[in-house]
Amino acid sequence: MMDGFEERQATIGGAHAKVKHDSAARHVTGKAIFIDDIVAPPGTLEAVFVTSPHAHAKINSIDKTKALNIDGVHDVLIAEDIPGRNDIAPVFEDEPILAEKFAQYVGHPVALVAADNYDVAFHAAKEVFVEYQVLEPILSIAEALKRKEFTYPPQIIGRGDPESAIAAARHKISGEIACGGQDHFYLEGQIALAQPGEETDITVYSSTQHPTEVQHSVSKILGIPINDVTIEVRRMGGAFGGKESQASIIAAAAALAAVKTKRPVKIRLRRDDDMVITGKRHDFEFTYVAGVGDDGRIEGIEIVMAMRSGNVADLSSGVLARALCHGDNCYYLPNVRLSGFPCKTNTVSNTAFRGFGAPQGMLLMEVVIEHIARHLGQSVDAIRAANYYGTSDRNITPYEQVVKDSIVVELTDRLAREVEYEDRKLEVKNFNSRHQTLKKGIALMPVKFGISFNAPPLNQAGALVHVYTDGSVHLNHGGTEMGQGLFIKVAQVVATVFQIDVNNIKISATRTDKVPNTSATAASAGSDLNGMAAFNAAETIKKRMACIAAKHFDVPESDVEFRQNRVFAGNVSMPFAELAQITWSNRVSLSATGYYKTPEIHWDPIKLKGNPFYYFTYGACISEVIIDTLTGESRVLRADILQDCGMSLNPTVDYGQIEGAFVQGMGWLTSEELVWDKEGRLMTHGPSTYKIPGSRDVPPDFNIHILEDAPNRFPTIFRSKAVGEPPLMLAISVWLAIRDAVASISESPLAPKLNAPATPEAILMAVNDIRQRANQ
Amino acid sequence: MTIQFYLNGELRREDAVSPTTTVLDYLRVSAGKTGTKEGCAEGDCGACTIVVVRKNGDDEPLYEAVNSCLLILPQLDGANVVTVEGLARDGHFDPVQTAMVESDGTQCGFCTPGFIMALFALRQGNEKITDGTIHDALAGNLCRCTGYRPIVQAAHQACQDATKDLYGELSPLIPGEGYEHNHQKFFAPQNLSQLAEMRTDYPKAMILAGGTDLGLLFSKDRDPLEAIIYTSSVAELGEIEETKDYLEIGAAVTYTRILPYFERLYPSFATLITRIGSRQIRNVGTIGGNIGTASPIGDTLPCLIALDAMLTLYSKTGSRELPLEDFFIEYRKTDLKPGEFIKSIRIPKLKNKQKFRAYKISKRYDQDISSVIGAYRIEIDGLRVKDIRIAFGGMAEIPKRAVACEGAILDKEWVEDTALKAGLAVTTDFKPLSDHRASKDYRLCVAANLFIRLYRDLTDAEDLMEVVAA
Ligand SMILES: Cc1cc2nc3c(=O)[nH]c(=O)nc-3n(C[C@H](O)[C@H](O)[C@H](O)COP(=O)(O)OP(=O)(O)OC[C@H]3O[C@@H](n4cnc5c(N)ncnc54)[C@H](O)[C@@H]3O)c2cc1C
Ligand code: FES
Ligand code: FES
Repeated sequence: MMDGFEERQATIGGAHAKVKHDSAARHVTGKAIFIDDIVAPPGTLEAVFVTSPHAHAKINSIDKTKALNIDGVHDVLIAEDIPGRNDIAPVFEDEPILAEKFAQYVGHPVALVAADNYDVAFHAAKEVFVEYQVLEPILSIAEALKRKEFTYPPQIIGRGDPESAIAAARHKISGEIACGGQDHFYLEGQIALAQPGEETDITVYSSTQHPTEVQHSVSKILGIPINDVTIEVRRMGGAFGGKESQASIIAAAAALAAVKTKRPVKIRLRRDDDMVITGKRHDFEFTYVAGVGDDGRIEGIEIVMAMRSGNVADLSSGVLARALCHGDNCYYLPNVRLSGFPCKTNTVSNTAFRGFGAPQGMLLMEVVIEHIARHLGQSVDAIRAANYYGTSDRNITPYEQVVKDSIVVELTDRLAREVEYEDRKLEVKNFNSRHQTLKKGIALMPVKFGISFNAPPLNQAGALVHVYTDGSVHLNHGGTEMGQGLFIKVAQVVATVFQIDVNNIKISATRTDKVPNTSATAASAGSDLNGMAAFNAAETIKKRMACIAAKHFDVPESDVEFRQNRVFAGNVSMPFAELAQITWSNRVSLSATGYYKTPEIHWDPIKLKGNPFYYFTYGACISEVIIDTLTGESRVLRADILQDCGMSLNPTVDYGQIEGAFVQGMGWLTSEELVWDKEGRLMTHGPSTYKIPGSRDVPPDFNIHILEDAPNRFPTIFRSKAVGEPPLMLAISVWLAIRDAVASISESPLAPKLNAPATPEAILMAVNDIRQRANQ
Repeated sequence: MTIQFYLNGELRREDAVSPTTTVLDYLRVSAGKTGTKEGCAEGDCGACTIVVVRKNGDDEPLYEAVNSCLLILPQLDGANVVTVEGLARDGHFDPVQTAMVESDGTQCGFCTPGFIMALFALRQGNEKITDGTIHDALAGNLCRCTGYRPIVQAAHQACQDATKDLYGELSPLIPGEGYEHNHQKFFAPQNLSQLAEMRTDYPKAMILAGGTDLGLLFSKDRDPLEAIIYTSSVAELGEIEETKDYLEIGAAVTYTRILPYFERLYPSFATLITRIGSRQIRNVGTIGGNIGTASPIGDTLPCLIALDAMLTLYSKTGSRELPLEDFFIEYRKTDLKPGEFIKSIRIPKLKNKQKFRAYKISKRYDQDISSVIGAYRIEIDGLRVKDIRIAFGGMAEIPKRAVACEGAILDKEWVEDTALKAGLAVTTDFKPLSDHRASKDYRLCVAANLFIRLYRDLTDAEDLMEVVAA
């Protein structure tokens, strides 16, 4: 089916063309409509959550009377007002939208006030009196580990006999390291607008990556069948994983209020509420013990990954599985045990975030590699090279998938050559010997990232394509647009099938009544899955049209060719639009659905073994940084990226994904620090205290290359590769380079004690520490 | 009484909105102009950026980007406002819009209108365009999708073409002296005596200057304040006077207006000013407001103390002068008496051998609140330190002189060892707290280390002293 894909040449905006984001012109004029911009029907109410001020408390009573008496308040809703099941758990169960008997974190919604407008609801929310009996909270990963409090059972991936291998090895190293969480900080906060319809019907405009899950949540909460509920989303103002399961809370609450008040209801979380109420990237604490040979090869390794799951499981099981499955990064681990602990704490439930656990897993492995290098007094890159997966042997992952497509050696060698890595390492050394206050560091980060949802059932997608009689095309699929350019990529696929210009294709809002039972737009798989589904839908219609064309021109079907907005049969041709009209006249359907499921994947969620990923995508980055040893301030001076996108569906879009992901990753590892106080209150809940990178923080010398002529070895849509998440992990090079700069302070090779994020404070403390150890 | 202003060239007259309505809410809800977005409602993300066009002394239009989330509607009285909806005219995109599309500067597009407006203001100005000035112009705008590079590229492209469009040619509006709605009063006194009068008549009324601190009461707390006295309308508070010996700045002078003076007189202070908030903040924020807020981490305060600045406080009964360092009493408590307000601040000019340095340390270089600010005025005669004044922010509940540190330096030889000793004295002067910005240990360590930076900086010990210069 896939043969000959590469040769196809599109008209305007086909596959592989550099096409602009479909909404760019609307973005720059302010005409792109986000949910808060929809002209709401008259009588629309706004609702505001009442949230718990305690990290852990029993709810004794809730007194609504005063709030209900306020002019403009329509209703105050609590858990017992929910007609259906108070549970929106995406994987497990018992994850309520409104706390029932217990408040489990500071910010846990306990009630919802619906009023004429935001201000009334906001002030009335303070008049809902909740009587709490404060209980002792668990606030740290360490405490939860000690008490064995988990949101679901721990997961272990293992192979061989790590204990014996470590014991028998020439060198033994061990250590611990931690990395912080990260707020998504999508610019558009969580929002939903619910509109009741006839009988029990309800439509919710939800800023979500997962309309189907939102649909299920609304149906569960309201106790109505799924087919009563329609979810629509045209675009999100950023999502990054934060609007996968978390959007359900907001949408289901809005739907509940809409049904109760019989009015349209909008919930828009203001920034502080958004940051306090909804989940983030998981922070992790790691320990490791490794046995290493003289050649620097890991012979046995044991890794413990303890993650902050938060108060409920949410998507933590998937995140932890992916963290464990990326604990190897690009390295072969012959004897290995990776143990993962989903720690239950009285903090907000952490959730999906671009990379989904993989960044954390890889970060740990890079620390191990660095530690080995310092221990043996060798270069970090030499240790990397010694441990990379082989192509014919040493190529089986700890979860028993064979790595068949590794290009990591070629990729890293090429990047190193192109940026004169070895020379620059010397220059950095030179600089450091000439400067006392400022020190530079440089580091490489290789990335191997598995594509497909770890859970096989999620790897399916549907699409719906209509051709109208004027030749214009309507495209719909299960994927959602959050800025990542999915819509334009899938439109390019359809344009390529029909060989028409991409601007003939109308991309429409994602709706659960058009394409049902969809998966989240996540795991970087949006274009792989939906692109293929749309391809299949368009191919179905095209075949029908080709049949009509063959009849019309009286040629065999194989002589019919779609090219340049026309349909050819030998020397004669007609416009695509004309054929559409004729097809209709012949009473042949111009509408089709398409479906796709990823082949070859399987996964045993108990043993954590199988072939969870259809393919791997690869990338490498070399970053150079400078730090101030007096203040801990740092800057990234240069970054060079070489990223594998297969045969990129749209290099413009992919380029944007790469640089955006890198900068986001950089933020996670440098300036973005989530700080909780002793009572479990998040202290950094707005951009004034939580610092994502700004324009000056981007490396002034920032070079990105997409690997050319690199068709995916697996037959994905036009041999492209997924790109949404992998480049985020390239930013680990920045953190490694900062560690390199800190390490340069000591003459003897010491591993710096620096966790992530490397804030100025963390860097200064690491500098002080290494100085002290060097002097001992 | 009516609030009058131009919105995208169209005259608007409003007399039925609450004076504490934020401009952002007004645009999105009342005016139905939803192009302008809310990303934070605290002045930090820039999604709500709009442009206010005003005339300078030479009657030339100045295009100032401001955060509409922190402004309240009466602050627009008499103004000429441009929003993203006002740019594309007769179907033609503004050059910044074209450039943003061509450079692929949008992904989700939610931040985009704010960036467009910040870039529009930059393009309409007369600045030399470099990466540095572009970052200055964009420091108040956050984008989570693009990684900024394409937006910076768009800025270069848009600014290449120097022809400017005219948005300022509208017949001027006479600003009113106040506005009232449903028991909410907004006073806009025009001169000092009116202001003093109102301050006495309405002792509970809040003084509002730029509103970059106070605005949070409206944007976030949704506080329907009953009475507000606006100082930016007072002619005398907008004055800047420069003599041979000092610079005197009216309390309502914005950071943007004072910057050129500082660049000439106290360059290191000027650098720090460019790190206060963002352009959007500095276009309306005032030094008077920074002093009025009296925050221990107000950036100008240690600088002004180190520079030995003097306050003029004014009330109906007269005026008095007070060294700024005596103004701060305890956490956020000042010596301001009932009926009083800050009229101006007088900063002595640096004398022949005096040097001034200010160092701000924060998690992010741009638009971040300081963990520590160190400010130093030092006079070195040969090798000996003849005079020294040091003040720190972020180290105590108020911005404060570092007396012990000064003692360790005064009359000593200016060698690195002296700087080290001064650093050791930090613990005598300060017992800082830990918070989400920095721990106590970090603050102490940095404050001490900054003396080494000061030494190396003043003696040109190294060719590169700060990472941002690399
Ligand atoms: C996004 C953002 C970033 C910021 N970054 C910084 C920063 O980096 N560094 C920093 O120091 N600050 C920062 N600030 C705080 C603020 O911008 C400054 O303190 C600014 O100087 C306040 O000036 P204003 O004119 O806006 O004050 P307003 O908000 O109008 O007033 C502030 C206070 O001063 C009082 N006041 C104003 N004028 C007078 C007067 N004449 N007499 C008596 N009292 C008066 C007011 O009553 C009020 O209590 C930031 C604020 C925001 C929103
Ligand atoms: S909304 Fe973020 S700065 Fe105004
Ligand atoms: S394009 Fe999404 S935040 Fe900037």
